[in-house]
Amino acid sequence: MTPGIDQGVGDAGEPIAEHRSRARATVDTVLRNRLAVAGLIVLALLVLAAILGPTIAPYDINDINVADRLTGPSTAHWFGTDELGRDVFSRVLIGARVSLLVGFIAVGIALIVGVPIGLVSGFYGGAADSWLMRMMDILFALPAILLAIAILAVLGPGIVNAMIAIGIVYTPIFARITRGSVLTIKESVFVRAARSLGATDGRILRTHILPNVTAPITVQASLSLAFAILAEAALSFLGLGVQPPAPAWGRMLSEGRGFFEQAPWMAIFPGVAIVITVMAFNFVGDGLRDALDPQQRSVIESRGAE
Amino acid sequence: MTGYVVRRLFQMALALLGVSVIVFALIHLVPGDPVRIALGTRFDPDIYEALRARAGLDRPIVVQYFAWLGSAVTGDLGVSFRSGQPVAGLLLERLPATVTLAFSALFVALAVSIPLGIVSAVRSGSKLDYLSTATSQIAVSVPDFWAGIMYILLFSLVLSWLPPSGYVSFLESPVEWLRHLALPALTIGLISGSIIFRFVRSAVLEALNQDYTRTARAKGLSERQVIWRHVMPNAWIPIVTVVGLQLGFLLSGVIIVEVIFAWPGIGRLALLAVQDRDFTVLQGAVLLIAFMFLVINLLVDLLYGYLDPRVRYD
Repeated sequence: MTPGIDQGVGDAGEPIAEHRSRARATVDTVLRNRLAVAGLIVLALLVLAAILGPTIAPYDINDINVADRLTGPSTAHWFGTDELGRDVFSRVLIGARVSLLVGFIAVGIALIVGVPIGLVSGFYGGAADSWLMRMMDILFALPAILLAIAILAVLGPGIVNAMIAIGIVYTPIFARITRGSVLTIKESVFVRAARSLGATDGRILRTHILPNVTAPITVQASLSLAFAILAEAALSFLGLGVQPPAPAWGRMLSEGRGFFEQAPWMAIFPGVAIVITVMAFNFVGDGLRDALDPQQRSVIESRGAE
Repeated sequence: MTGYVVRRLFQMALALLGVSVIVFALIHLVPGDPVRIALGTRFDPDIYEALRARAGLDRPIVVQYFAWLGSAVTGDLGVSFRSGQPVAGLLLERLPATVTLAFSALFVALAVSIPLGIVSAVRSGSKLDYLSTATSQIAVSVPDFWAGIMYILLFSLVLSWLPPSGYVSFLESPVEWLRHLALPALTIGLISGSIIFRFVRSAVLEALNQDYTRTARAKGLSERQVIWRHVMPNAWIPIVTVVGLQLGFLLSGVIIVEVIFAWPGIGRLALLAVQDRDFTVLQGAVLLIAFMFLVINLLVDLLYGYLDPRVRYD
């Protein structure tokens, strides 16, 4: 990152030319990372599958064909069929929708709630800071999946509630990361300069602080997507997420368990889909981290905080 | 040091109090009346009112909270709506299974990650390093419940080496105990281990690049002495941090893995309680797990002082 002093001193906001060149440099660094590129390609394919799903899937996801039930992978059914004769490949393909949707919206919720908390906490300090951070610590004192389960016990199972639950679980991470970055940025020369020129708190937060804390937040967001997808799969697996007959990878896995001996493919393919998706997000997140913020905690450590 | 411990214990009590408020508030917002559900088809207005009064549900929510908290500190977590048994008893009954699983998983994780991490760092760039780093990269992306299912598929159904689920107490048969423990412990331990592995590797690599390591080599110490006397003492501190964080992840993993392997622990109890809307049990389980989590964090912090004489608690 370029030294903060040449950014926005004249209160002209973010210098546009420089902003663009920095974004350019980030993109270049990410594109040089082969794993990150592989991750991006996989994600592009997944998004495509999620959007085009029904048009490219060979069968309808709820096409019941009892005569063909529990048949193994073949040219007609690449991933075999389930206990109702539904095509597993089509269901895995469409399942990408739920995973990506829940992942993006849950992380979106965590961002929208967590970042302002972190901004206020870090910028104003004092009582607001200690209250907000104590609240975040309490949420942190519960294992992620347990907190999500408890929230879903209250809200009831379902896809929207799963998004909310996962969003709440990941809020403290964003609040903490934002607060940490704000604490270092708010002492820099350009913030003091803006203040001495009479800029309001809101203006300082918006035009001077927020643009400078986006790097760690972006990195955390891309890594959190991986965990959000894992969490959604776990909740759906436990029957608390997406409800049947909509196909979700976690749910398909739990249904597959019942037909383990006759039809192992029912449990294998949805799991492979989860692993590939999560790995893609991790690769992209790691690539972004190397490009934007080499000091930040790695993917591994953030999972450790689950 | 004593002052620090007292302060941390106080903070821990405060956090636990916060957790209790959240858990209580959350669970009392649960839609559906637990007493009505518990009565099911045997519904009778008189019995219903009596049961509600017995559980204190007819009182204001703040009163209910303080009554619950007051009994909770004396170890009375209320009575299960479903079975009528004391919650504390239900939890205590299942605690050994959960603790056994968590520690066995931690043992697997450390047994894999520490030796592999050290060797990978010392021989960085070797085939072994490359292979273990790549494997850990994949393992981080594997959902624990899917790994568990795949192990059952391979080791129980295809190879018939190990039982697919269940629990046998150690006192009953140590061999069967171990056979039942193996797959759940491997499921959590290997994923957790792959995360710890990367930290061990980078911590050791960092210590290897320090000036004191170069000095130790320059004065003619053997490689073994360099690693055990100079590198490892400095690498332990970040490793302990991650292991502490991992224990939280482990507890999360245990909840789901208990369901897959029909392991009679607290996680499975909590999930059944969600299905049954048995919220006194859910409250107790969440509170107990949060308590364990906070105690672990405290122990990890205290361990720093032991490992790193520079850390002063004041």
